[in-house]
Amino acid sequence: MAVLETTNLTIRFGGLTAVSKFNIALEEGELVGLIGPNGAGKTTAFNMLTGVYQPSEGTIAFCDAPLCSATKALQPFQITRRGIARTFQNIRLFKELSVLDNVKIAYHQNVKYGLLPAFLHTAQYQTEEVEIEEKALEFLKIFSLDTKKAEKAKNLPYGEQRRLEIARALATNPKLLLLDEPAAGMNPQETQQLMELINFIRKQFSLTILLIEHDMALVMGVCERIYVLDYGKIIAHGTPAEIRRNPKVIEAYLGEEVAHA
Amino acid sequence: MAKRFSAILQLVLLLAVGYAIQMAMDAELINRYYAHVMTIMAIFVVGAVSLNLINGICGQFSLGHAGFMAVGAYTAAIITKNPDLILPAIFTGNIRFILATLLGGMMAALVGFMVGLPSLRLRGDYLAIVTLGFGEIIRILLLNWDFVGGASGYFGLARHTNFFAAFLLSIITITIIRNFIQSSHGRACISIREDEIAAETMGVPTTRYKVIAFVIASFFAGTAGSMMAHLTQMVTPASFTFILSIELLLMVVLGGLGSISGSIGAAIFLTYAAEALRAFRAYRMILYSLLLIFIMLFRPKGLLGNQELSLSLLRESFKNLRARWRRKKKDGITAAAE
Amino acid sequence: MTITQQILQQLINGISLGSVYALMALGYTMVYGIIKLINFAHGEVFMIGAFVGFFSITKLDMGFFPAMFTAMIFCAILGVLMERLAYKPLRNAHRVAALMTAVGLSMLFQNLALAHSWIGASAKGFPQVFPLRKFELMENVTISSDRILMLVIAIFLMIALQFIVHKTLMGKAMRAVSLDKDAARLMGINVDKTISFTFALGSSLAAAAGVLFALNYGIVVYQMGLLPGLKAFVAAVLGGIGIIPGAMVGGLLLGVTESAVSAAGGSMFRDAVAFAALIIMLLVKPTGLFGKNVREKV
Repeated sequence: MAVLETTNLTIRFGGLTAVSKFNIALEEGELVGLIGPNGAGKTTAFNMLTGVYQPSEGTIAFCDAPLCSATKALQPFQITRRGIARTFQNIRLFKELSVLDNVKIAYHQNVKYGLLPAFLHTAQYQTEEVEIEEKALEFLKIFSLDTKKAEKAKNLPYGEQRRLEIARALATNPKLLLLDEPAAGMNPQETQQLMELINFIRKQFSLTILLIEHDMALVMGVCERIYVLDYGKIIAHGTPAEIRRNPKVIEAYLGEEVAHA
Repeated sequence: MAKRFSAILQLVLLLAVGYAIQMAMDAELINRYYAHVMTIMAIFVVGAVSLNLINGICGQFSLGHAGFMAVGAYTAAIITKNPDLILPAIFTGNIRFILATLLGGMMAALVGFMVGLPSLRLRGDYLAIVTLGFGEIIRILLLNWDFVGGASGYFGLARHTNFFAAFLLSIITITIIRNFIQSSHGRACISIREDEIAAETMGVPTTRYKVIAFVIASFFAGTAGSMMAHLTQMVTPASFTFILSIELLLMVVLGGLGSISGSIGAAIFLTYAAEALRAFRAYRMILYSLLLIFIMLFRPKGLLGNQELSLSLLRESFKNLRARWRRKKKDGITAAAE
Repeated sequence: MTITQQILQQLINGISLGSVYALMALGYTMVYGIIKLINFAHGEVFMIGAFVGFFSITKLDMGFFPAMFTAMIFCAILGVLMERLAYKPLRNAHRVAALMTAVGLSMLFQNLALAHSWIGASAKGFPQVFPLRKFELMENVTISSDRILMLVIAIFLMIALQFIVHKTLMGKAMRAVSLDKDAARLMGINVDKTISFTFALGSSLAAAAGVLFALNYGIVVYQMGLLPGLKAFVAAVLGGIGIIPGAMVGGLLLGVTESAVSAAGGSMFRDAVAFAALIIMLLVKPTGLFGKNVREKV
């Protein structure tokens, strides 16, 4: 079953077509990479998938249910609730909040108590909040961030901020995870750890993952399939080995002359 | 369970203190003037804490809080002054006043919903201008509404508000808003302040929570308006002007955006300062605006930031101070050694 | 008076009033376009402009045009100072901080004016510098010489602004900075200078609007900037904030609507019209008449 399927997804900003006829399909449990030179439209594609941008044309289907079509478009929070989570290229944590609270917010969608119990701190409030706290702590433990639960997110070192962002995204209990350059700014050792982490969460949470990345070692190392985006269009798609040999891809990355040389 | 018990015990104790103060006032152990000022302080605490929910907790920017106080004040005044209007005549005296205050709050909440929904869908700064304009609309409508006295105002209300009533309202407001902030719903509001886009991708319906926060705050502003009206025994279109909105804003900023205890402290302090500086009335607003500008320039999160005043905070800052002092001493020694 | 005559008369009144809103709206829209800030103090710049014009005429015996020019220069400098001292330090802070500073500035100017011994609380009569004449365009449709003057100056200033924005190097820099500050900086544009220039330009237009407004209504008072300031902002939103021609059209549209409402017997509610229009606009098309969908960069 296809977890995610887009057909002819297109977005225009004024006269500029940022992404055009973006067609991808992800099978359940796959780890797929989305690569391409800077400005190719990768993040824009993510923004369409998560509802931050409304596509000008095309449709998105998630687990065979439409997220976005010509007639209706879901809000980003609704898409999250359907089961798509993401991280951001330039980390967007809740900086002033504690590590624990960052994760707790992800559980917000499961909260059953209404406003009145919140005002009065009723028994229902107490039990649910305790539950949330326990779940969040468990989660932090998986990502070995539990020792820093009281720390403000902005005070974490860079690598841990990335990890917290992934933890927070996973806490929304997604089926599909979109990672936007998770290795940006990491040294090779940290990248190696990240690779292990991605492989681990994928199994642990039986996830489908779509990954934007510039670090070729990472992409080639973990992804089963790769889509290559250039100037808003998908120019190639296949296994890492196929992509490595594809002349169009080499051209896009290195320029025409090198490719023909 | 023990936690809950001690919380309730604290509340009861607080109320007992409030009631004792009221008894002292009734026995004229506290003079009339101070009693009046203290009552106003309690009402402004309600105004400032509720405004903090919008501006500090949720990160939006309202400039029309006084307008919601006006809505509550007029609604409640109409009910208490007309014995058989809106509420049946069987409700009289203080019961009628309490119900009128609640209805005043609900009316303000309803208006808050109508003002908030169109503007909160958009980026924060539209709310500022819409609420500002809304304050003007309210003023114009009241000026032209003869039933409530038009420009000269609505006079001869019974004096239902005493210190204890205002104090009780402030305790209710603080408790409910503090509880709200600690809940999942409150965290959703805070996440909007921190990063709206991230909040949305965490599954938080941001518009809904902005409106919820705005409506709750409007409700409490409305009740505060009713309290004020039944303290001064009149309401005029000039009672709740833009200047009052600015004063409330200054309280929030002075106490720290997002800090409930800060808002309480600042509301008490500024009410006191306004009384003490009565002789310099003409310059008060100059001082206020300069204060607002300087705090924003040098402490954009408000004077005290979003920290709550608590024993552990005091302990921690004391520890920091001591550590800094030691370091300085050590540096001094090393410098001397070199 | 026939219906047609009445409509024509109100159209004339509305357009001349609207031209003042448009002049002010330009300042809002340019500043918003370039640093995404609602400059709440813009209405007070309008007020200060009117007073500088007033004192230039009454105390310094200047003619009307030199007085208006003085007011424009004075406010241009004021605008630059305001930006440098109060807004620039907050350019990277939370938006709410900058907005609150703007509100603080607005209150400060108003209360300084109130406390100043030359200005005070009472309204002062603005001298009738030109002999007032009424021209009858057709039966029952008239326009006064002051209104003609107001309209002509407003149109002249708008044309001048269009020239500056589209034909000069500084105008090009303004457009570049409003599109992308960082890219503009990389292209060698002095972003700080460009922002200051924008404030100077917007503030001088507000000053001109203030003097024209005072001449037309015959009074100056410390609170005169509040309502026109708010309405001008509404005009800017109606046209699509950040879009210069939008501000002009929005201003005229608001002026005409207001005149129409007061003619229809709702003069008491005239001031409420602007805000009702704002709320409706935000509900229906928040980007304004000429607005494009702008997306926040994620």
